Amino acid sequence: MSSLPLLSLIILTPWVGSLLLVCLPGLGARACRGITLAFSLSTLGFALCVLSSFNPAAPGYQFVERRDWISSLNVHYFLGLDGLSLLMVLLTAVVAPAGILASWKLSSDVRFFGLLFLALQGAALGVFLALDFVPWFLFWELSLVPAYFLIKLWGGAGASRAAYQFVIYTIGGSAFMLLGFAGIFLATGSLDFPELSRLGADGTLALKLASLGGFWPMAIFVGILLGLAVKVPLFPFHTWLPSAYAEAPTGVSMFLTGVMSKMGVYGFIRILWPLFPMRLHASAPCLIWLALAGVVLGAFAAMRQTDLKRMVAYSSINHVSYCLLALFAVASANGPGGEPSVAALGGSLLQMFNHGISASALFFCVGILETRSGGLRGAGDFGGIRSSAPLFAGLCGISMFSSLGLPGLNGFVGEFLIFKGVWGLIPWAAALSCLGLFATAYFLLTFWQRVFHGPKSGAAAGGFAELHGVEVVTLAPLVALMFLLGIVPQLLTGLFNPLVGIWVGHFTK
Amino acid sequence: MNALPCTVYISLTGALLTLVLGRRSPGAARVTALGSALLAWGIALVAAYQFHPSPAGLQTLVDVPWIPQLGIRYHLAADGISLTLVVLTGLAATAGILFSWNVEERTGEFFAFYLTLIGGVYGVFLSADAFLFFVFYEIAIVPKYFLISIWGSTNREYGAMKLVLYSFAGSALVLAGLLWAYAAGGAQSFAIGDLAAAATQFSHTQQVGMFALVFLGFGVLAGMFPFHTWAPTGHVAAPTAASMLLAGVVMKLGAYGCLRMALPLFPVGFVFWQPVIAWLAVIGIVYAGLIALVQEDFKFVIGYSSVSHMGFVLLGIAAANVRAVSGAVLQMFSHGVIAGLLFAVVGRMVYDRTHTRKLADLRSMSLYRQIPFAATVFVLAGLASMGMPGFSGFPAELTILIGAWQTSPWCTAIAAFGVLVAAAFTLRVIQVSFFGTSSPSVAGPSHTAAMAPISVPEKIGAALLVGATILVGLKPDLLLNLIEPALRSPLFQGVLNGGAS
Amino acid sequence: MSPDYAGLFLALRPEGALVLGALTVLALDLSVFRRHSGDLRMALAAMLGGIAVIGAGVLTWMGPHGSVFGGSLMFDRLAITTRLGVLALVLVSLGIASASRAPRNAAEFVAVILFASCGFTLMAAAQQLLLGFLAIELASLSLYVLAGFEKTRPTSAEAGMKYFLFGGMAAAFLLFGFSLLYGLTGSIDLPEIASRLPADPRNPLLVVAFVMVLVAFGFKVAAAPFHLWAPDVYEGAPTASVSVVASASKLAGFAFFTRLLWVGMPTAAGSVAALPVSAGWLPALAAISLFSMLVGNFGALAQQNIRRLLAYSAIAHSGALMLGVMAAGEFGSAPVFYYAATYGLAASGAFGVIAVVERTGPCQKISDLAGLHRRSPLLAGCLGIFILSLAGIPPLAGFFGKFYVFATALRLGGLAGPAGWLVVLAIALSALALYYYLVVLKQALVADPDPEAGPIKVPILAAIALVTAAGLVVLFGVAPSLLLNLP
Repeated sequence: MSSLPLLSLIILTPWVGSLLLVCLPGLGARACRGITLAFSLSTLGFALCVLSSFNPAAPGYQFVERRDWISSLNVHYFLGLDGLSLLMVLLTAVVAPAGILASWKLSSDVRFFGLLFLALQGAALGVFLALDFVPWFLFWELSLVPAYFLIKLWGGAGASRAAYQFVIYTIGGSAFMLLGFAGIFLATGSLDFPELSRLGADGTLALKLASLGGFWPMAIFVGILLGLAVKVPLFPFHTWLPSAYAEAPTGVSMFLTGVMSKMGVYGFIRILWPLFPMRLHASAPCLIWLALAGVVLGAFAAMRQTDLKRMVAYSSINHVSYCLLALFAVASANGPGGEPSVAALGGSLLQMFNHGISASALFFCVGILETRSGGLRGAGDFGGIRSSAPLFAGLCGISMFSSLGLPGLNGFVGEFLIFKGVWGLIPWAAALSCLGLFATAYFLLTFWQRVFHGPKSGAAAGGFAELHGVEVVTLAPLVALMFLLGIVPQLLTGLFNPLVGIWVGHFTK
Repeated sequence: MNALPCTVYISLTGALLTLVLGRRSPGAARVTALGSALLAWGIALVAAYQFHPSPAGLQTLVDVPWIPQLGIRYHLAADGISLTLVVLTGLAATAGILFSWNVEERTGEFFAFYLTLIGGVYGVFLSADAFLFFVFYEIAIVPKYFLISIWGSTNREYGAMKLVLYSFAGSALVLAGLLWAYAAGGAQSFAIGDLAAAATQFSHTQQVGMFALVFLGFGVLAGMFPFHTWAPTGHVAAPTAASMLLAGVVMKLGAYGCLRMALPLFPVGFVFWQPVIAWLAVIGIVYAGLIALVQEDFKFVIGYSSVSHMGFVLLGIAAANVRAVSGAVLQMFSHGVIAGLLFAVVGRMVYDRTHTRKLADLRSMSLYRQIPFAATVFVLAGLASMGMPGFSGFPAELTILIGAWQTSPWCTAIAAFGVLVAAAFTLRVIQVSFFGTSSPSVAGPSHTAAMAPISVPEKIGAALLVGATILVGLKPDLLLNLIEPALRSPLFQGVLNGGAS
Repeated sequence: MSPDYAGLFLALRPEGALVLGALTVLALDLSVFRRHSGDLRMALAAMLGGIAVIGAGVLTWMGPHGSVFGGSLMFDRLAITTRLGVLALVLVSLGIASASRAPRNAAEFVAVILFASCGFTLMAAAQQLLLGFLAIELASLSLYVLAGFEKTRPTSAEAGMKYFLFGGMAAAFLLFGFSLLYGLTGSIDLPEIASRLPADPRNPLLVVAFVMVLVAFGFKVAAAPFHLWAPDVYEGAPTASVSVVASASKLAGFAFFTRLLWVGMPTAAGSVAALPVSAGWLPALAAISLFSMLVGNFGALAQQNIRRLLAYSAIAHSGALMLGVMAAGEFGSAPVFYYAATYGLAASGAFGVIAVVERTGPCQKISDLAGLHRRSPLLAGCLGIFILSLAGIPPLAGFFGKFYVFATALRLGGLAGPAGWLVVLAIALSALALYYYLVVLKQALVADPDPEAGPIKVPILAAIALVTAAGLVVLFGVAPSLLLNLP
């Protein structure tokens, strides 16, 4: 088992599938879909393999693969996995096949779609598993390319612009991050995350960076922060998000919100925090405001949307900002982090997973509305769908309640932990963020009420077709997970709780 | 290794042969040209494979007296830097010939000029005597004029003349600087080592002046801002293979000259000019990038992107440490491949089929449906040009950024902004040129019928270049292991202050 | 000083061969060749002349070294190489002559060329004022005849007249200068003049003397501001004559005046190596050089006529050659010789191409060369080599010539004085010059021919001459030592 390079397999298998599709130009649409799904599902298989032999209690990374790569830059092909990475891999393993299933009906260029999607999936997985800056950055940047084409070629009317904006924003952030790491390499001679984290924890990194002089250490921090913040996105770098999410085809929106927005949060936890604990601590008071703005303004913006897809997109900003809020609260804590820190951080990780599941489910539901109505997705375009499509209404409803954090469903656990933790650390922030919570509840319920209840109207006036085979297969597992994780969150928390404990002890002062 | 000088002889002989054969049969000329390019490239590859860096740096290949009256020797030598560039030349030459397979007018002469140019370029990279270097450097100038003015496209006579006069003016500056150094120092020969030894006795003013002349002269050819304007005009006017070679290899001659001549000869002068060069490089990166962003002609975008990328090379050289300079050399290789690829797609695959380079026209053609191969290649090349990891541009730019940070952090920060600009214009041009209209209905059959499929030589050429950029992107050590020992040789010791910690 | 007539005879065998050849050509033309048609008659005459020139070359090679006839003639390295070079250039011009539209009196044309050569070879070796003057006059009178040879054609007649008037004036200046020198020193022997010259270079008589000499020099080699005859002569004279004027005459002129100035008046040279310059003829020469380079290069930019363009280019090259003359005192005359000889090869070659093109139609405007690459690839290729050599592109001989001259001139004092600045200017102008050379090549190699223009047949003698000249331009460029090590 250990001799198999499992992590490489996880990353490369989707790429192999992608390559296969490149090499088989004559394939029919059906076969293409099959291949795509099969290779996408491979991640789940491998992830379960990993899960079975993963030891949550063991410190450090497991399944490590490390080979020399670029000797002059001291770069290694370095993969490894801990609870956080595993969580993200699992999330990808669930969301990616769901995204492909959601695009099952797609008829144009199925092969091309499939190969791009698989490429995207592989790159995203790479981001979660790479432990050296260069391979990490490789996956980080490469994930943009398929995403760009998926949005542009299969997206809506404004897709070109949205895709362009999306990539330029992200690359803009990345450029400064790259610069930041150039500076770090100059100071330390290493680009290895665990190594740098070690230096970051004992303060050596800060000392070495200080040798660059002037405000450059600060600039490096800001550069990396910028790169990650755009990706998450952190307010005010979020402006690319609503149009990108709204213009992308359903399956891609699911993946974008479910997995790609987590890449940013992952970066915050894996890179920024361990490398710059003191600086993050120092700047946390400001950053908390930004995260709060994301939480509150994201929710209020969502409330004002009539386009359902944009609404879900804005709600994504709101949800992801919770994760960051928790992280910043933990970072800002003075003194050794206690129980609230553990709760906040654990909640944040859980929220990453949960949001991935519920937001992608919501995007899928909006997508169904859109296809059924021939492209309409305004909140006022529908009405009374519950009576004609009860199953759809039910599953969609569950996703919404999961999203707004109804106890018993997965969303609740994460948000509760975050609130609990943040309350313990910075009460006023928790109080303010409640505003966001209320707004979320308000707009989701409005959505629910307008679209599913009341008299049949709008596009649904002549009845609304019920979910059929593939759609059920897409949505049902997601909903099942919502229940499962709502009831037994230990399934996930068990994976990363020891880790969170160590972090809190390590990086907070 | 010792067969390396043959690259020059083979190319020049090939030029003669194609000239003669071309009168009878264009096919024979093509095959001869391809054969000689492949042979030379093969020699270069074998040499690079067998190369063992020596601490002395340059390893002599041939060294015989040439013009004893002036102490001039026919001295060819190679180190890791020259090998890298020789391999690049072979690659670009071969690919260029594959992409000019469809030249029907005066075929023999085309390849004759082409191979002469290549022979000159090989010679420059292998010369260890300043006079010899200069001779080869000028040999590479004149064929450009004819390649552009005979086989070029839009505005070719203007472009050709401008390009050649700039190049020649640049080389005149170099000549003035070298002669000054030779005369003032009383050097007994034109060997780089002797000139450098003589240069140590120069006054500060003399060094500053000589460095300015020589560096500026080479900088013009390297597309240094603000002397870059010849590059876009010339490259746009040139036929595909020539633009590939011009942007891909000939601009590198300038950068190589800066590195091989200007720096080691006049270290004191260099220190004086260093900040200026760094700033000019950075301005070039950003300025050319911004210009590329608003171009309406497909080829001009690529032309300006070359200037922008060469800015990175100059920035690396200006940083003057082993890391930055090795990044600069890597970037020379990388840009050589990428620019070749981009010009190939624009000039050969797209222009020869659509007969337009206006982005506005291409926008409505939705080319990716009709020539998906070209679209794929262009996207890959564009990604490489943006500095996407996994392609050769990334390790090069990263190395340059790290190295340049050491000397001039501000310039580096602005250069990072240049990376963003590069992404913006590349993406824009990808979007507009190939993926103009996403709705399939617009792609009428009229275009499809008119467009010839991508031919086999084109595919092979593109595969070679794409392969090279990915190979180097994933395994930059292949080249860095050649380059770095060369930079640690005594010749560069005076200028480059070691690597980073 | 007992006259050594035997030595003189031995030394002057080449001139004897040339005169004999000229007389033979004339005689045979009157008797045997009469029956042949124009073209063949011309070819036969040219071949005979060629044999005479080759004979003269062999005799030069075998001839004596050192001073002859009490120092009147000096057969040193410069003299012997120049004599050989001049003869080779005349040979090329004869080849060209054979290709030109046959003048009415072919044999006379060849004979006059041979007489001119006789003058050139004497100029190369003369180390005495009187002999030098005679040699120059012999050469010049022949050249006037050559320029006006097609007397029925007004432009040719005009060229001859203009050349004669300017030349006569220059001869008068030269003679005046010589007489002053004699008056100052009481000698006509150059080394003796050198030893007896007044110590102060600012001596008024001396100044007048060397100014006179320089005026004549400027005229002889077409240097500004004494260049006014050149464009008209180049435009109007028969092509083969121009080829002689541009090549052999120039080489001989430079050799003679280099010797005259450096052997005869070294103490009056002054210096231009550094500021402030010290008075003498060097500063004056530097001024002529500056003028010539500026007038030549900028004048050439404006030309539409290929011959006038080459005339201005010749003026520019004279300016650059002056740099070599300035450095010759300290570093030897090899750079001047190399430059002048290879320039002559390229220039006469270029006129040769024009001569052949002229067989099918006029060749005056640059655009008359259009599409040469289709009409005759051989001519186009040769023209390419000649023009690029004139432009100074390696590996052609023109490049090394410039390089050698510049490198030597810079050694005078680096960039500290006018000599160095002139070098920098010359380098800068050579970049400018590429423009007008490329304009020529654009027509010849790039442009498409006039649809009515047919292919050009190159006569065999001319082809041999052109290919040989082009080959030599390449050979001397790749291996300059061959030429530098000649005798």
